[in-house]
Amino acid sequence: MRYLPLTDDDRRAMLAVVGAPSVDALFEDVPPAARLAGPVDLPSHQGELEVERALAALAAKNVSGAQGPFFCGAGAYRHHVPASVDHIIQRSEFLTSYTPYQPEIAQGTLQALFEFQSQVAALTGMEVANASMYDGSTAAAEAVMMAHRITRRPKAILSGGVHPHYADAIATLARVAGVDVVHQAPGVDAEADVIPAIDAETACVVVQTPNVFGTASELSRIAEAAHAAGALMIAVTTEAVSFGLLKPPGEMGADIVAAEGQSIGNALSFGGPYVGLFATREKYVRQAPGRLCGETLDAEGRRGFVLTLSTREQHIRREKATSNICTNAGLCALAFTIHMTLLGETGLRRLAAINHAQARKLAIALAAIPRVEVLTPRFFNEIAVRLPKPAASVVETLARQGVLAGVPFSRLSPDAGMDDVLLLAATELTTESDIDALAKALIGACA
Amino acid sequence: MTLQSIGRPTRAEPAGATETKSLTGGRGLLQDEALIFELGGWEKTGVDLPDSDLDAGDLGDLVRERPIGLPGLSEPETLRHYVRLSQRNHAIDLAIYPLGSCTMKHNPRLNEKMARLGGFADIHPLQPQSTVQGAIALMDQLAHWLKTLTGMPAVALTPKAGAQGELCGLLAIRAAHVARGDARQRVLVPTSAHGTNPATAAFVGYAVEEIGQTACGRVDLADLGAKLGPDVAAVMLTNPNTCGLFERDIIEIARMTHAAGAYLYADGANFNAIVGKVRPADLGVDAMHINLHKTFSTPHGGGGPGAGPVVLGAALAAFAPAPWVTHRPEGFALVEHGGDTQSFGRLSAFHGQMGMYVRALAYMMSHGADGLAQVAEDAVLNANYVKARLAGVLSAPFAGYCMHEAVFDDRWLDGTGVATLDFAKALIDEGFHPMTMYFPLVVHGAMLIEPTETEPKAELDRFCDAVLALAAAAKAGEVDRFKGAPHLAPLRRLDETLAARKPRLRWTPDQDGGAVAAA
Repeated sequence: MRYLPLTDDDRRAMLAVVGAPSVDALFEDVPPAARLAGPVDLPSHQGELEVERALAALAAKNVSGAQGPFFCGAGAYRHHVPASVDHIIQRSEFLTSYTPYQPEIAQGTLQALFEFQSQVAALTGMEVANASMYDGSTAAAEAVMMAHRITRRPKAILSGGVHPHYADAIATLARVAGVDVVHQAPGVDAEADVIPAIDAETACVVVQTPNVFGTASELSRIAEAAHAAGALMIAVTTEAVSFGLLKPPGEMGADIVAAEGQSIGNALSFGGPYVGLFATREKYVRQAPGRLCGETLDAEGRRGFVLTLSTREQHIRREKATSNICTNAGLCALAFTIHMTLLGETGLRRLAAINHAQARKLAIALAAIPRVEVLTPRFFNEIAVRLPKPAASVVETLARQGVLAGVPFSRLSPDAGMDDVLLLAATELTTESDIDALAKALIGACA
Repeated sequence: MTLQSIGRPTRAEPAGATETKSLTGGRGLLQDEALIFELGGWEKTGVDLPDSDLDAGDLGDLVRERPIGLPGLSEPETLRHYVRLSQRNHAIDLAIYPLGSCTMKHNPRLNEKMARLGGFADIHPLQPQSTVQGAIALMDQLAHWLKTLTGMPAVALTPKAGAQGELCGLLAIRAAHVARGDARQRVLVPTSAHGTNPATAAFVGYAVEEIGQTACGRVDLADLGAKLGPDVAAVMLTNPNTCGLFERDIIEIARMTHAAGAYLYADGANFNAIVGKVRPADLGVDAMHINLHKTFSTPHGGGGPGAGPVVLGAALAAFAPAPWVTHRPEGFALVEHGGDTQSFGRLSAFHGQMGMYVRALAYMMSHGADGLAQVAEDAVLNANYVKARLAGVLSAPFAGYCMHEAVFDDRWLDGTGVATLDFAKALIDEGFHPMTMYFPLVVHGAMLIEPTETEPKAELDRFCDAVLALAAAAKAGEVDRFKGAPHLAPLRRLDETLAARKPRLRWTPDQDGGAVAAA
């Protein structure tokens, strides 16, 4: 087998050194009743060619984004990733290394993480960021747990603009932590709806900009209301490119930012792996979940980087840890950092401007379609529209015509009574002919 | 001096007594490398995008006015920066990476290639299910492999790492107890467990109680029996355990656990030792997470992304999180909302780590049922070989064969003035990544070595020779070699206390390094 270097001669020689009569003898502690007599009922080994053939056949059964006009968003966005990003993350030294627990021989990973943290803090307008979370939704759930730890209060108020999957992930953790989740009714421009619900029991409000309907919001007033009541404001963003155009949460009073970083450097990949961005204020950093990379000096006084403040973490604190998280999203964070380094401030601003411009073209084209209503008042690169018939069936119809027209809101929230709402995103990959094809198909489907 | 015919030296002079230092601080081909914030420009970019006329009039006061503070680099500078950084990392592709409990095995590049096929990498999690039948079929196939290898009837694929898998398993256990109107309060965890076990149990709201272990490194059945009771929700067990030993009383442990009305949760971090040889279902396990990044070779990537699917027994299957795969007449479907079912909810957005599913399935198909059993056998043989070669010199706390990893304590260093940490750092100078240190906690000054099955015998010998040479040096009183180690790594030993006392977690413009001014 191509991945196993030992030869039968090796095995015999090694058994002799071990002093065991056979490999089976090494498994002597396994109860005989639990030892399998032969291989499990699965296919035998295959060569690279056969495996590649079988998996390519499965891949071919999927319609990829490159095959036609594509408008899906709702928390995962199709962007162009420069070729050098994927080249670097496939270098052995990044791909096949472990968590940098031995800093003297892991400075590559550590310095990249320090750059990542610095970039994320700058992007979100916050003081500090951690070394990444699994994804945006788990970052949001951990943010709520952190607000609960800081305030020792039992309630989290979620706006109706929070991505329903994020709300579900928050609810799952909140339930076991004894945190009540008050989730406001979904609404296109609903962020400020959290304000009247804030009370003395409120640990945090969770708002999203741009929200799941694409609406970009000014959050300062919400932050003021939360802070006046002793609560924290958690700001969620699912489209990291928006930081290149929109005022960041840190400038609007956010205490914690939980964002999805997939848009920068990472493929759609059917929903994962992605990279969660987590940023907060310096004064809360010891309550933060996840790994943190910090600067220090070596024995000769040279700058270096280490994982730090690990007394928050499970491998040290065990049941007293701030979170059970161990692994983060190291390689996805590296992809994010490389792509962001290539973009720089100039590139990111241009990229964001192009995304916004394409979405405006999309909105104008859709608004011109009879019986289609654009709902999102101020958007970055994503809009919600109301269709004259259920969005799910329209999307199916258009898919058959080779147009991936977006995400029906009912797919995320089947019971919201918003079956006619369709979410569509445009990015730098969206062309005018894509928009024309969509509009043409929609006119037909909505007639 | 040996000279060529044209008078050019072909051999170096014997090294002098004095150490030569470079004039610039460089070390041969290893360049010093600054941060991007010290290298890049605020105007510079490595991506050619049209400078569109930004018309954001519709956004009013939402537009970001102040500078962001992000440096940019051209493409060649970016490549050079990150390639230089990469050269400061150890990697499996360079040498054995013997971290116990981490299963640092070879990462086949076929898996990378497959995960990047457009039909997997360039599909959206929420595009119509009719357009992603191949992706859902792949999830179904992965589920079939995992269920068959473990003998369990169900699997929740979505957990994004081992720790989230533990969370998933305990949430299912909690939901199962609650559904019976029998909310329980305690979870029992052996002292040798991974830190994530007690952390997860506490996160889910359980009181955590430790179970002691016997002198032979296994669960103390008497202690377990004394601590089991009607308020115990689960026993969390790693098997093989973190001492590298199989819990030979596992079936009795499962029986006792079940008799108390509790569930047996297995931490599958060490599944590599028994994959294809033993099915956890046959041991009485009710739930177990499987780190795809350990047993099934998806790359560790410098700390993730991982994937931690959880196999579940019949009593727990109904409580699994959404989404899950079903078969319908028109094809595969993903059920994305628990609705009226007993599902405990959703752990994260979308459908889990698709990119890792592809890699893991490619690995499983490559090995097949026969190859996976060979994986376990070679992993166990390699560990026993290392243990046998080192046992005469290093002190092993537990006699007999080990499974996939060999643990040593620090008794053998008594009187040398060298601690486990020093010994590990000295291994770096010899070109090796250290073993896991000070874990498991039950072994004093522990050194936990897991070679994995993908190490050739010659590499094991090279590693053992280095450990033995260092051991001889330690016993010969060469304390300075150890206390100052590493001497030859890109950096000397780093001050972790300083880092924690005055945390600098991001670059700021006022930092030394002569940076470009930001905002």
